[in-house]
Amino acid sequence: MSAALRKTLRTLAVVLFWLLIWQLAAALVGQELLLPSPLRVARELLRLAGGAEFWLTVAQSIRRVLTGIASAVLLGILLALLTHKSALLRALLSPVMTLVKSTPVASFIILALVWLGRDVVPPVIAALMVLPVVWANVSQGLDGIDPQLLELAQVFRLPRGRVFRRITLPSVLPHLRAALCSALGLGWKAGVAAEILTVPARSIGKRIYEAKIYLETTELFAWTAAVVLLSLVIERLLLRLVGRIGKKGGAHA
Amino acid sequence: MLELKDISLRLGDKQVLRGCGLRLDDGERIALMGPSGCGKTTLLRVALSLQKPDAGEVSCSWNRIGVVFQEPRLLGWCTAEENVNLVLSDKAETLPEAARWLDRLELGEARGLYPAELSGGMQQRLSIARALALRPELLVLDEPFKAMDEALAGRVGQTVAQSLPGAALLLVTHSEEEARAFGCRILRYENGRFV
Repeated sequence: MSAALRKTLRTLAVVLFWLLIWQLAAALVGQELLLPSPLRVARELLRLAGGAEFWLTVAQSIRRVLTGIASAVLLGILLALLTHKSALLRALLSPVMTLVKSTPVASFIILALVWLGRDVVPPVIAALMVLPVVWANVSQGLDGIDPQLLELAQVFRLPRGRVFRRITLPSVLPHLRAALCSALGLGWKAGVAAEILTVPARSIGKRIYEAKIYLETTELFAWTAAVVLLSLVIERLLLRLVGRIGKKGGAHA
Repeated sequence: MLELKDISLRLGDKQVLRGCGLRLDDGERIALMGPSGCGKTTLLRVALSLQKPDAGEVSCSWNRIGVVFQEPRLLGWCTAEENVNLVLSDKAETLPEAARWLDRLELGEARGLYPAELSGGMQQRLSIARALALRPELLVLDEPFKAMDEALAGRVGQTVAQSLPGAALLLVTHSEEEARAFGCRILRYENGRFV
């Protein structure tokens, strides 16, 4: 049996174990209103996924949150490049990033709701969660570029584009990858949380909010399961994309 | 032409270079010799504009300068072939030329390997192949053969010498024999200068 297959089987076994615990707990509680069983939740999720409205809702939420995440990744990289060049800018920006990281997400959501339109809040909140992580990690990557390789590029008079592609990018990509690993889930969860509090039209957050209001616990669980599954899929896709860019630059990380 | 005039440099408490001068013309070969830590590599760094001197002037008219540092300075994420191709065009069309340089340095079979998969001596030969592939007007070698056995160092030295028609050479070495094999004029360290 290959190592990859063994790893997949082990992961499946762990998931099955916890689903079994959930099933047992649901059977013990015996009230669907408090804790629906995983089978009921899966059936509800399949029922929801059978309708076009589910996919339109999911697509809108993904659009909102991914807009925020993509903006934060681009802005984080840009700011990291700027603060790598300017110590003054870094000194100015560092406390702001620390403040953003330390502030409770609910405070940001409420403030953003006061200042911005409800449809804009989820992407802004997702961006705020991702930005400090991307900035910090990319900055670390830029700081960690081997100075001996930069000297090599200098004496061989390598063109800037080649230095970026062959030295800068491969040095930074592992850090960007690590940032995406930790920030994507965070951004996605914060974006959906913002949707729950701002209830924009056609959003997963609104459906979760409505499920809570009408005590539709099974539907609440089904939408939550959808959020978890989407988070996993988006994370995998984006990390694969970063990996592909890395291969083009010659990085194996 | 490379010219260093009255170079002085203090590193920490130590006055490493004191009014040091050097001139290297087209095709000329010079070897710098002296005890470890006397400032040979520091002078190379000043000549390559990697280290700013406290006083003095550096002027260089050459554009293509190939350098073999004491440490190989390879891109760990690129294969041997890609490391050489870095100084060519970094495009697929110059990969065969990179491969030819690897063949000359007896690294033909290692072209698809990453630096971490090579021995110390192979890594150093790879960095020599990279410097030669540039077809330099000036080749700077900082103790390039120290990770190689005598026989291999001899063969590599011969390849380097044959690949340098008309190029100037600035060599740092502890071996007078090595310096003579390259036909170098020897400058020895004396009180912060090479004379």
